[in-house]
Amino acid sequence: MLGFLVRRIVVGLATLFVIASVCFFIVRFAPGNPFSQERQLPPEVLRNLEKKYHYDKPVLTQYVMRMKGYLTGDFGLSIKYQDRQVEDIIFPSVGTSVQLGAVAFVIAISAGLFVGVIASAFHNKWPDYVATSVGLLGICVPNFLLGPILVMVFALALGWFPVGGWPEEASLSEYSKLILPAFTLALVHVAYVSRLGRAGMLDVLHKDFIRTARAKGLDEKKVFLKHALKNGVTPVLSYAGPMAAYILTGSVVVEKIFNLPGMGQHFVDAAFARDLPMVMGTVLVYSTLVIFFNILVDIGYSILDPRVRLN
Amino acid sequence: MAETVAVTADEVHAGRSPGQLAVRRFFKNRRATVCVWLLVAVGLATIFVPMASSHDYRVQQLEEAKKPPTGTYWMGTDANGRDLMVRSFYGGRISFAVGLLATFVSIVIGVAYGALSGFLGGKIDLLMMRFVDVLYGLPHMFIVIIVMVIFGQSFLLVFGVLGCFGWMTMSRIVRGQVLTLKEKEFVEAARALGVTTRPMIWRHMIPNILGPVIVYATLTVPSIMLQESFLSFLGLGISEPETSWGVLINEGANALNSLKIYWWLVVFPGMLLAITLFCLNSIGDGLRDAFDVQQR
Repeated sequence: MLGFLVRRIVVGLATLFVIASVCFFIVRFAPGNPFSQERQLPPEVLRNLEKKYHYDKPVLTQYVMRMKGYLTGDFGLSIKYQDRQVEDIIFPSVGTSVQLGAVAFVIAISAGLFVGVIASAFHNKWPDYVATSVGLLGICVPNFLLGPILVMVFALALGWFPVGGWPEEASLSEYSKLILPAFTLALVHVAYVSRLGRAGMLDVLHKDFIRTARAKGLDEKKVFLKHALKNGVTPVLSYAGPMAAYILTGSVVVEKIFNLPGMGQHFVDAAFARDLPMVMGTVLVYSTLVIFFNILVDIGYSILDPRVRLN
Repeated sequence: MAETVAVTADEVHAGRSPGQLAVRRFFKNRRATVCVWLLVAVGLATIFVPMASSHDYRVQQLEEAKKPPTGTYWMGTDANGRDLMVRSFYGGRISFAVGLLATFVSIVIGVAYGALSGFLGGKIDLLMMRFVDVLYGLPHMFIVIIVMVIFGQSFLLVFGVLGCFGWMTMSRIVRGQVLTLKEKEFVEAARALGVTTRPMIWRHMIPNILGPVIVYATLTVPSIMLQESFLSFLGLGISEPETSWGVLINEGANALNSLKIYWWLVVFPGMLLAITLFCLNSIGDGLRDAFDVQQR
């Protein structure tokens, strides 16, 4: 277990290093000047700016400085907000994105498993067809389409939920702000999880040990809940890692639609303003989160399925 | 009567290639068959509706802005008074074009890379596949966005970049296929006859891995179209005056307000996107069942 953790963390750090390097060199060799604005800057100002951002030094020196910076938690100055450090802008918003993602993750796993397992229990009967349709709907209605539709129907037309915003205090009415964004983010994964869960359960239900359990006279409920369920849902677990990454990517869109103060907003704004230190910083934070969640999911996998060895 | 039976039996004996059998199995699948026709209909509409309509996708008439669907504007008009129907189908053209071209790019890279890696084997294979693993580890959507930001948004870049980041799974599938094919007798026979590397890959390997490649390519198209819409929705993909389904849905989302619901701005382009994704995924699933491809 410890060896596994150490190895995964080392690999994770190496991946982050590659990502940071790739980003750095794409950004550094990009055409155009990051400081060029609509109005022409006087050459002295431009030179001073380049000095402030160390653009006057050789590329390799800059690279080493940048990497050292990331190691010590110095993400560099934002270009758009010239007196602010990137990490001071990003870090306060990380919590929002992570919380939203966590809620969506829980919805996706629980609702997806529920739908999938019900479908397998009523194979080729109407609950199965309903579940399969939900699965299809989730796959062909992406979150950036689902979000506006949910806002139109449930927030604007029916007025059941607020249009957007983030809960400001711990009360039920404030937390209802989370429902639409979390569901928007989760639906496609509810679909995938239910498909995987259904397929896994149907697969297991045809196994010999299930027949044995039935043959020895166990009632169907027990066969299903005690014998099949545990083994049938393992395929879902292997999707949980990639799902964490997809949810974080998706939250960029969902934060935009529902106007949430998350990292995605900063990422999109920075991308538009060509604020490259900000873009790089957000990408690195996202990547760190993805790697972290993947390790977490693998540990969870090994706890739930003892056949999996962490080696 | 007896003669007809004999003829059909003869036909069976005449033999059918595995490909023909797969096509027959595919068309027995009702959902997939319906989806083929539906997709053809949407595809033709994206070509011909903008041509046949009297409206232009660029002409702005501000006095006609945000009109609900009427006899003149079947799908209403957008915030700048442009006919939404023409824009939706014209945008579909771009979405389809990006999906198909990027898939083509990813097939070319993926098949060449996977075939080479599997064929060469040994240390080179290990190295090449490690490289793919590293690429898998990258959060590629973010890197795509960085590239788009830096090099500017253009149609060429959208499909080029999406294609360049979409070939990894394809290369893994192809490599796996090549590895199993390499052990087959006919390949050994060909090698014994002195066939060199290049004809071996092109004449003997590629035709035999076509099934899985077609299946996976069909599933790549919707995923690329989805990514293109995602980028365009964020305003980082296709940009004005060109349009795509992602751009249109974004415009619809921006027009959301509590005073008046401009539902048509989201619903029509969204519906076209959803139908297309549904059809492509169903066809892909149908092909997979027909070719009986095991993924990896």
